[in-house]
Order: sequence, then structure tokens, then C-alpha cells
Amino acid sequence: MDMSWGLFLGMIIASAAPLVVAGIGETLTERAGVINLSLDGTILLGAMVGFATSYATNSTFAGVLAAGASGTLVAAILGLLCLKWSAPQVAVGFVLTLLCRDLAYFLGNPFARIRGPQLTTISVPFLSDIDFLGTALFNHNILTYLSIVLIPLAWMHLYLTRSGLILRAAGENPEACRARGYMVMRIRFVYLILGGFLAGVAGAMFSLGIKPGWGRPQGAEGMGWIVLALVIFGGWNPVRVSAGAYVFASLQAMSNIVQNIWIGIPAQLLQVAPFPLMILTLVLINTSEKSYQPQSLTRFLALLKARPPAALGKDFSES
Amino acid sequence: MDRVRTILTVVAISTLTTCGALLIVGTNPVDVFSAFFKGTFSSWRHFAHVINVWIPLVICSCGLLFTFSLGLWNIGVEGQIMLGAVGTAWVMRHLADMTNPTVTLGIAFLMACLLGAIWATLSGILKIKSNVHEIFSGLGLNFVAQALVLWLIFGPWKRPGVASMSGTRPFPAAVWFPVPEGWRFSPIALVAALLVMGITAWIFISTRWGLLIRAVGNNSRAAEVHGISINGNFLLAMAVAGFLAGMTGYYQAVFVYHRLIPAISSNYGYLSLLVVMLAQYRWTPVPFIALLFAMLHVGSIQLPLTLNLDSSLGGVIQGILVLTTLGVVHFRRNS
Amino acid sequence: MNVILRNIHKFYGPVHANRGISVTFREGTIHGILGENGAGKSTLMKILAGYTPRSDGQILINGAPVDYSSPGEALKYGIGMLYQDPLDFPALTAIESFTIGLPETPICLPSKHFVKLFEELTRRFHFSIRPEIPVEYLTVGERQQLEIMRLVAAGAQFIILDEPTTGISIRQKEILFDALRQLASSGRTIVLVSHKLEDVVNLCSEVYILRQGKCVGHVAAPFSKAELLEYMFGQIPPPVSRCILEKGATVLWMDRVSASWKKTTMIRCSFRVRQGEIVGVAGLEGSGQETFLRVAAGIATPHEGDLYLDREKVTGRKRSYFKNRGIYFVPNDRLAEGLFPDLSLMDHYAIAFGGSSWLIPWKTIEELARERMETFSIKGQVVSKAAGLSGGNQQRLLLSLLPANPRLLLLEDPTRGLDVESATWIWKYLQNLAQKGTAIVFSSRDLDEVFAVSHRITAFFEGRIALDAEVNTTTVDEVQKTIAGLFRE
Repeated sequence: MDMSWGLFLGMIIASAAPLVVAGIGETLTERAGVINLSLDGTILLGAMVGFATSYATNSTFAGVLAAGASGTLVAAILGLLCLKWSAPQVAVGFVLTLLCRDLAYFLGNPFARIRGPQLTTISVPFLSDIDFLGTALFNHNILTYLSIVLIPLAWMHLYLTRSGLILRAAGENPEACRARGYMVMRIRFVYLILGGFLAGVAGAMFSLGIKPGWGRPQGAEGMGWIVLALVIFGGWNPVRVSAGAYVFASLQAMSNIVQNIWIGIPAQLLQVAPFPLMILTLVLINTSEKSYQPQSLTRFLALLKARPPAALGKDFSES
Repeated sequence: MDRVRTILTVVAISTLTTCGALLIVGTNPVDVFSAFFKGTFSSWRHFAHVINVWIPLVICSCGLLFTFSLGLWNIGVEGQIMLGAVGTAWVMRHLADMTNPTVTLGIAFLMACLLGAIWATLSGILKIKSNVHEIFSGLGLNFVAQALVLWLIFGPWKRPGVASMSGTRPFPAAVWFPVPEGWRFSPIALVAALLVMGITAWIFISTRWGLLIRAVGNNSRAAEVHGISINGNFLLAMAVAGFLAGMTGYYQAVFVYHRLIPAISSNYGYLSLLVVMLAQYRWTPVPFIALLFAMLHVGSIQLPLTLNLDSSLGGVIQGILVLTTLGVVHFRRNS
Repeated sequence: MNVILRNIHKFYGPVHANRGISVTFREGTIHGILGENGAGKSTLMKILAGYTPRSDGQILINGAPVDYSSPGEALKYGIGMLYQDPLDFPALTAIESFTIGLPETPICLPSKHFVKLFEELTRRFHFSIRPEIPVEYLTVGERQQLEIMRLVAAGAQFIILDEPTTGISIRQKEILFDALRQLASSGRTIVLVSHKLEDVVNLCSEVYILRQGKCVGHVAAPFSKAELLEYMFGQIPPPVSRCILEKGATVLWMDRVSASWKKTTMIRCSFRVRQGEIVGVAGLEGSGQETFLRVAAGIATPHEGDLYLDREKVTGRKRSYFKNRGIYFVPNDRLAEGLFPDLSLMDHYAIAFGGSSWLIPWKTIEELARERMETFSIKGQVVSKAAGLSGGNQQRLLLSLLPANPRLLLLEDPTRGLDVESATWIWKYLQNLAQKGTAIVFSSRDLDEVFAVSHRITAFFEGRIALDAEVNTTTVDEVQKTIAGLFRE
């Protein structure tokens, strides 16, 4: 029994990993004040590019890099149109979402439904033999380990380093940031690109890991929207965003089990749980401290409290 | 003159990019374009299929014209279409055996439009009461709607025997809309779509409401000074957009699939957003762009068979067109 | 350090905000820049701080010409500025906001060294800000103190303060002034931009006075207030003469109303206006008259006090209700608040005169549009967009959208940016309305205009009505002193 719970936990960690990676990328992007709405398409494009490149070169490393590069390219297009030419971020992001998805299906067609390389599972010597935690934590592929390491790294970067402070400043008040001698557009561009790279890598984590292969549908569809919801739900804090990803992965895993026990339980309801929670978070952002709420509810709602970067999604031209 | 230059630039850039994408997968662009032509114009059957896509696209795009005029991003239109289809299927399940087909179809129509409007108004209320951006509430409601559809298909409304992705049991043949022999669409639906387009144009040209929503969308602060209700117009425009999205869902359920299926919206909501964006939020180009998009949509269906390409090429071209337009327009504005 | 500005010009489109200003700032001195709103003070300072590029002219630091194009570069030369709205980060903590932009920030934070520096500076200036407190919990005065500490830590030798005494308590003002004196005695150059005479007189040892984009005076302490006032406001020939008043019934009555709109507030204001009366509202920018006019129009809602229209209580009613009762508002920012930039002139007339019918009678509207454009001599086509009109034409368009006999007309800076001819024309038109019984309340930056046409004058200072008098019972001098915060002595 112990073993199977360990496996179960390990499965949750693995299936949450791409959400964590993309979520942290988007958190950093949005913290800098840019909203990259194209995530759903970017992840799918990354999945296709990652798989196709791995297949062609027989190297998953090259595949992951190529996936990251494709995400970077998408983010760069968004940056060019929105940061340089002041096009509305949501409009461009939305078009890119649909375009990248279709582009992935189109260009990936020759690679559909074939077997290809996958990321290998690396068991950490000795540690993976620990009874419960070993199976849960130390039996994953390299990118899953990376996703776990990324959480404290991103948190430390945001809150404990100079560049993290400047990043938050750019998203809070670009005007003031400029007055203090920083190039806001450059900062935003850098984090937009970084977020795009991570989203691309997250795509490769699907096609080379938890949902191996390419096809239409691939299985990663809709995950980008989930990530966008998690970033809001997680209050733009990498730790909370990741926690949200793990909760979501557990819900999904449980819905499979629950479905086996009671047939007819609406598993779909658990799948879409992040979205009502996202809307609730947004409602709370704007109504907090205004209206009366009963005590016990307040305590629960305090967990959802968040505040978006003040300049999120707003155009800022330097001159 | 400026507009012509913009259009030419967009067409040139889009064509080059598309050809680039085709060359990457090793296909001759000429073959592809001729396949598109054959897939849409070679026979009445093909062209009828195009009209069958054009009808829902135009109806849905007209609704979005109202919300975009106010500066609202009604991305929840997908969910509104699904709710329209759910409403239709509900009436068909419960009333089809009790009343005569015409009455059932009429009630289903009203139900579809009503549910679509309610679903859209939810986003509107979240916006004016809690200041939740309509993109996020709309997206969230889309997924809730999709879950609802799946749950209905796999739960309470599942086919006798096995539930499957192919959807619910078809509606009784009596409530299938009559379609002329060899046609794929109902001429009545075509007239209805033209009527919706005409009324939309008329609202923008001649009615006070059409002018007021343009005014609010252009400058909401001035609108307040002039005593125009802002929140009221937000809600009304959302409701109208939802009403027409519900009508789109009704079309999909009654005329195209004759049942509720998981992908009942066929992504026409998102596609309509692209149509209106490419039209630069004006009503005049909408029917033509919708026709172009419908042709790209239908033309690419044949691609897997004829050229062994994925049918998403149509979507790629549509996306490139809109993205290039956004780029060119804002590049111009910025320099 | 010594800084010389030589022949500075600044154009914003057609507006000539600085017209060849030359000034000298000497090391270890506190300078004042005095002038009315719109005199060009802020523009000049933003140029000096690198925030806005200059159109022409030269900046010399210690005799050498310099060129910089961003606030960051200006700070490298030692020039720092404290903006009217503190440019800081409400969501971050005081120490974080302090750290951002300082040279030699360590890569890892929080840095003990910076906390020590922060505490050292608070002690030195007798401030009391704790480093870990979020900026949003600080008062405006404390946020200024934080910015001053930051500028000092960043090595600023030349500190500009733009209207620092607006919205802070008297105690905080004393702390601020002490800190500034301390900075000057340690060899730094201080420039205080203000329209408050008292502050400048108390603190500065030299004053430059700007008016209409030019430097019109340079005075050293001790100052004569009368002399400064004359430099500030000058003498301009009055545009039109007053019309005869036939007082009618009270149209609008405000009973101890408090409200806020954007960042301006009005506090417990009582006010009454009668039919046919023209009331001029004086006050420096942000003194509360902006809120006052919008409360009267039904755009801002009072959070205290009541509003009566023809004796009927209308507190909390919507703008549309006010409009239906004949109350019209003409804001000063015409494109941002008055007009729809991308809509045609005909659309504007249809909105204003289309009535409540579902259909727009375009034929009638077009005739009406042509007729109105003719009467108000608006140069443009019925199909041209409002954004394409010149300022004067935009103002005439706004007036032409009013009905023939409004009950109460509220105008904000009705002649701003217009030439004398247009201004005279507009006043002739408004006076004609008043003669027919319309009550008119207008605000203006131009006291001569206020005195020329008003029957009654109301002056605002820091959100309160500081003076409300018939025109022949007060003087320009008294109003000037009132709005600058010097009450009857």
C-alpha cells in the first residue's frame, strides 16, 4: 500500500511538472507587466517541435532546446508587436494562441502517431530506495527534477535578488522604473522571452514525457489556459502557482480513481475546477476589504487573496 | 488609399509566410491553392458546404461586432454557442414527442438564444459588479460550458448502451430541418443569416443604440458627461452577442449535427473573433471575410486526402492574416 | 553644483510651453520657481531632470554643456527630481522602493548595508519610516521623505521638488523644510517648484517667476509678497465686459457637500446659484473646483452632504437625470472627456439632439449639423472626425452641442488655449444665454477673465470654498491671496 501511494504521489508530481514550468514562466512575464495570452498555442507548438526534433536528431536534449526556441520565437513576435509597436497584448496573444495551435498540427503532421524518443527516467541512487518518498520524489525524468528546482529558484529570484526586484518594479510602475534609470522595455522583453522559452519547454515535457508522441489531439490541449488560470489563482507568486498546479494534478488523478469507483460522477467538473477558482480570485481582488464576509469564509478567502502587478497588460512607451 | 495599402501589404506578407510554411513541409504552394479552389468551387456540393460554414460564422460575428464596438473582448462566445446548443438539445429531448415539430423548433430556438444571452450576461455582470476582465470570466465560462456539454453527453443524456464522443442520440427525424435535395444547407437558414447581417448593419447605420455603443467604446468618459449609460450598454451588448451566439449553437445542433456533440461549437466562436478582428471591428467587410474564412475552412478539409497535409492549414492562413494585419496597422500607427 | 539653463524652448505639438527660459542655480542655495498653473514650471523641471526632451536650448553643469535623455542619465550627473505624484512602488516595501535604482546594489537582497544606510538617513533627517513597511501604508509626506532619502543615497547633488507641500500636514512640511535646509547647508542645490507663495517665501533665498512660458522675474530674499504676486499674475486687458444681472430663483443648492474625483477633493462646500447668474470659480489646479463642477453635473457623487435642484433633492442621482433636468457640463480636456475623438461631427449632433427615438433622423440631423456649424463658425465637414478639429473648433463644437436654453451650464476653463477673438465670441454667446435665464458656473485659471464676466466669485483653496463674494465686494488682490493660501490679513 505504501508503495502505491508513493507511486501515486510521484505521478502527481510528474503530471504537474509542465504546468509548474509554464506557470513559473508566465508568472515572471506577468510580473514584468506583460500578459502572454498565447500560452495554450505555445505549449502545443513546443510539444510538436520538441517531439519532431528529438525524432529527427534522436536526441531529447536537442528536442527540448528546440521546443524552448519555438516558445521564444512566439514570445518575440508578441514582444515586437506589443512592446515595440504598442499593439494590444490580448489581441495579439489570442491570435497567436490559435495560430500556434494550427501551425503545430500542420507542421507536425508527418510526425503524427509514430513512436519516438522519450525522456529517460533517472532514479537517484540510494535516495530512490527510500520507502515512500523515494518512489514519489526520486524516480523522474530530468525535466521533472528541474521543475521542482525551478520553484525555489524563481521565488528566490523574485524576492531575494536585485534583478527580481527590478522585474517587480517594472510591472508595478514602469514610469517610476524609468525615472530610476532602467530600460523598462528591455526588462519586459527579457522576461517575456524567458516565459516563452519555459512554455516551449513545458510543451516538450508533454510530448517527450507524460503524453509521449505527437498527434491530433496531442493531449496537451487546454493546458495553456489552465496555466493562465493558475497564475491568477496563485496570486502571481511562483510558490502558490506551483501549489495550484499540484492541486490541479491531484484533482485530475483522483478524478480517474473516483470514476472507477462511482461511474457517472462528473469527472469533467474536477477538470475545470481551476476556472471557477480563477474567477473567484478575480472577484476577490476587486471586492476585498469592502464587503462583509462571515469569519470562517474570510479565513479561507485570505488564502486566495492576491494582487495583480499594477501595470499588467498596459502599454508603456518610453519617451 | 491608406486602407488599400494596408490590405495589399497584409496580403503580400501573408502569402509569403504561408508559402514559406508550405515549402518547409515540402509542398508546392500552387498545388495547395488549386486544392483550395477545387475544394470550394469545383461543385455545387462543395460550395454548399462553404455556405454551411458561412451561416454560423456570420451570425456569430455580427454578435461580436456589438461587443467589440464597446471595446469588450467577448472571448466567452464559445461557451455561449455551446449553451445555445445545450438549450436546443434540452428542448428536443423533452418536447419533441409532445408537440408538433414546428412548435418544438421554435421553442428550441428561443431557448438557445436565451441561454446564450444569459451565459454572456454572466460575464457582463462580473465585469460591471466586480471589475473582472471579460477575457478571464469568458474563458472560465467557456471551460465550464465545455464540461457541461461533456457531462451531459457522458452522463444524463448518454446514448442508450454506451456513452461516446460521437454525442447524444440524434434528434427525432421529424425535427430535422428540411433541406432541398442535393443541398447541404437550408435556404431558410441562409435567409436568416442574411437577415441578421442586414439588421446588424441597420442597427449601426440608423439606430440610436448603434451610435451610442460606438460612442461609449470610443470614449467612455465623454459618454458619461453626455449622460449615456455605460454599464447598461455593456450588459445589453453582451446579451445581444450571447443571443446571436446561442443562435449559432442552435444552427450547429439543428442543421449540422442533429444532436449534441462534444465539439458542437466547431471553434466557430474563436473563428468569429478572428473574422471581426480582421474586419477591424467594422461591419462592412464581415460577410466577405466570413466567406474567405469559410472557404479556407472547407478547402482544407480535403487536404489530408489529396496532398497528405493536415487540415489545420486553413487555420494557419487565417491566423497569419489576422496577425499580419495587427502588425501592419500598429506599425503604421507607431511610425 | 552650479547649473545654468540657457534659452530653453519646449513645444508640445502646437503648444509653446517654454519660450526661451534662462536661469542659473547656485550651489548650496534653495531656489524657488514660482508661477501659476500652466506657466511652464513643471515642463522646465522635467527637462532639467531628463524626463522630457527639450526642443531647443542648453544645459550647463559647472560651466560645461551636458546632454542627457533619461532621468537615469540625469541622476548620473547628480540631478534628481521628486515628482508631484511620488514615482514609487505602492506594492513594495519602503526598503525595496528605496533600493531600486541605487548604484552598487548587491545581487542578493535584502542587503544589511542598505538597511543600515536607510536607518542612518532616517535619523539624519529626523524621519520616522520603518524599512519593512509597504509603501502603500505611507502618507504622501512620508513617501516624499522616502524619495528624498533615495535621491541622497543615489548621490544627487541637485534636487528638484515639484509642488512638494500639496497634500501633506503642517508638521510634515516642517520636517521636509528642515531636511531641505540641511541638504542645502551640506552643499547641495535645491529647487522648489510651487504656486504657494508662503512656502517659497519661508524657504527660498532666491526666486524665479515664470508666466506664460517665460521667466519674468528674478528676486532675492527678503521678498515682498506684493511684488511676487504682480510678477505671477501680471496685467492682461480684460476680454469682455460684464452683462447685467437679473437675479432669478435658485437653480442649484449644495449643502455642505464633500466628494472626491480622481485625486482632487472638496470638503464641506456650500454653494448656491440663481437663474441668470454667472459665477466664476477661482483656484489653483487641484484645489477642489474640478470636483465641485463634477458634483454639480452629477458625474461625481457626494459622500457627505446634499444637492438640491430647484428645491428637489437629487443627491446620488445619475448623470442622465441631471442632464434631463437641463444641467450641462463642458470639461476642459475636450478630447479626453467632452468629445468622441473617432466619431464624426454629425454623430455628435445625433447623440446630442437625436432625442430618445430609436431611429436617428439622419436627414434632419444633417441639416441641423450644417446650421449649427454655420452659427458657431466651426471649420470642418459634417463627416470629419472630432479629433481632427483645432482646439478652438473643438470648444465651439462642444458649445454647439448644448440646447438653446440649458438650466445650468457648468464650464471648466472655457477659453483655455483659445485666441482672444474666439474667447470674446464664446463669452458673448454665454452671456446671451445668461440673459435668457441660464445659470452659468465656470472655472478659470485667468483671474482677469473671472473678474471681467462674473457676477459672483468663489475661490477654492485646498478643497474648501475659501471665499464667496459679489464681484464688487472683493478685489483681484484678495482673490489672488486666497487661492495662494494667504487669507485676509
